[in-house]
Amino acid sequence: MPVDPAATGAAAASPAGRAPAMQHRITLTINGTRRQMEVAPWTTLLDLLREEMELTGTKKGCDHGQCGACTVLLNGQRINSCLALAVTKDGAEVLTVEGLAAADGTLHPMQAAFVEHDAFQCGYCTPGQICSAVGLLKEGHARSAEEIRELMSGNLCRCGAYPNIVAAIEQAMQQAGVAAR
Amino acid sequence: MNRFSYSRPGAVSEAVRAVQAEAGAKFIAGGTNLVDLMKYDVERPRRLVDVGALPGLDRIEEQAGGLRIGALVTNSALAYDPRIQERYPLLSRAVLSGASPQLRNAATTGGNLLQRTRCYYFYDTGTPCNKREPGTGCPAVNGVNRIHAILGTSEHCIATHPSDMCVALAALEASVEVTGPGGDRRIALADFHRLPGDQPERDSTLGADEIVTAVQLPPKGFPANYTYLKLRDRQSYAFALVSVAAALEMDGGSIREARLALGGVAHKPWRDPQAEALLRGRPATREAFAEAAALVLKDARGYGGNTFKIELARRAIIRALSQAAAGTPQPIADKHIA
Ligand SMILES: Cc1cc2nc3c(=O)[nH]c(=O)nc-3n(C[C@H](O)[C@H](O)[C@H](O)COP(=O)(O)OP(=O)(O)OC[C@H]3O[C@@H](n4cnc5c(N)ncnc54)[C@H](O)[C@@H]3O)c2cc1C
Ligand code: SF4
Ligand code: FES
Ligand code: FES
Repeated sequence: MPVDPAATGAAAASPAGRAPAMQHRITLTINGTRRQMEVAPWTTLLDLLREEMELTGTKKGCDHGQCGACTVLLNGQRINSCLALAVTKDGAEVLTVEGLAAADGTLHPMQAAFVEHDAFQCGYCTPGQICSAVGLLKEGHARSAEEIRELMSGNLCRCGAYPNIVAAIEQAMQQAGVAAR
Repeated sequence: MNRFSYSRPGAVSEAVRAVQAEAGAKFIAGGTNLVDLMKYDVERPRRLVDVGALPGLDRIEEQAGGLRIGALVTNSALAYDPRIQERYPLLSRAVLSGASPQLRNAATTGGNLLQRTRCYYFYDTGTPCNKREPGTGCPAVNGVNRIHAILGTSEHCIATHPSDMCVALAALEASVEVTGPGGDRRIALADFHRLPGDQPERDSTLGADEIVTAVQLPPKGFPANYTYLKLRDRQSYAFALVSVAAALEMDGGSIREARLALGGVAHKPWRDPQAEALLRGRPATREAFAEAAALVLKDARGYGGNTFKIELARRAIIRALSQAAAGTPQPIADKHIA
């Protein structure tokens, strides 16, 4: 349903200097919290998270589906948030890197494994790597280091931390009881 | 991105009407190709009609001994469906060789069919391009054309269709179910994509106001002797320079039926009925495969940067047919070539 932004007072999620946005009311459950918001149809999920929700853990690398830095879990499945228009995801559950740790701050086992294995250098790709790895584990199609590498190929790391990333994921997989093949 | 209006209809007929009613209206599914192109201003739709809420299109169903894949079935759901893996492993392998897990989770069957070329000039609005702006010329013919076509080109466009899924669908003789203002029709996959000719702006034979509702797979899936061999600049998360879908039905050491389709070499998945006929009834030998490859490539033409593809395709065809005949399909995770 288009909503008049002036009437709702919602911030238009459009770059400054452009025509007023035609807003759509959507509901998203972001990291467990249900939120209603007004979005312009051209707002990507990535921009919504970073610019509107102040959840800047999800990174913008290429903005074109080519790097994986923007990976989040949508209804439990990893996707590139830079190529998803927020308006098309009405009703969805979104999990970002900010939502992985427990309420008391205990790290998600995948986060802990990344820390333990020093699976990063600059850290820019890391939130995407971790969300992607959580999705990978859930999908359950990887059993070997080779398969981890193939099924993590959607996440580039310019620092080349790949060996430690694979080691971290292998550890988290073992902890989750996935038998190696 | 340009400004546009958006709607999310709940019925196929409504979606068709919405696109028909407004010039410049387009369907959007996963958005992984369309949103990318909109960010580059290559696509500038006035309205997006979201097909995501259309009922019943996210299922894979039994149909006439084969399977019917709804247009909204994601590439991941398709590739990992146990029926597809058992009966059409060629299709599963082809889909899993494309893009990345994240993209495959979002990308749909309909969107994959209609994804546009990755030609660099097509993406760059600062350059001419007959596909993007008819009549402006094709800088790729005498320009940077490493990824471009070697078969079925025209002077107006030498772009390739980038899909892996469609190459397998071509080999499997799938067909596409569509609905438009005039009702339903079915298009053989071979006739769905087209050669550029003097209308490179048209990728397919689908009307602008027609919607893809499903892809139909005929019963024959070639689950014993098949391979999808994809050659590219890096081992994953890259488009094919050349890919080969090979599917054989063997009778001892000889070939009862052969299907061969190539990706990365033309404006559409490339099939050659003559080469397939040549293989029929022949012993599965390297000589037979080499003859078939020579036939497929007899009219191939290089444009400088892509001339290497002719020899690459020849070798890929021979290797793919050898793998298929031996029942040793190309592994997905282990890129060591069997
Ligand atoms: C970095 C990157 C790498 C990639 N690598 C590969 C690769 O190696 N191999 C490969 O095959 N693909 C690859 N892809 C492409 C990917 O497969 C496509 O983007 C995807 O399949 C498109 O599906 P979608 O649902 O997201 O389509 P959308 O982007 O939503 O739509 C694409 C087009 O299809 C139209 N459309 C969608 N659904 C329908 C329908 N039901 N009826 C009529 N029209 C419709 C839209 O109007 C639009 O024109 C890659 C993409 C990216 C970004
Ligand atoms: S090859 Fe086709 S898409 Fe590429 S520049 Fe030429 S006309 Fe455009
Ligand atoms: S920012 Fe989305 S894939 Fe690079
Ligand atoms: S840690 Fe720097 S890009 Fe991966």
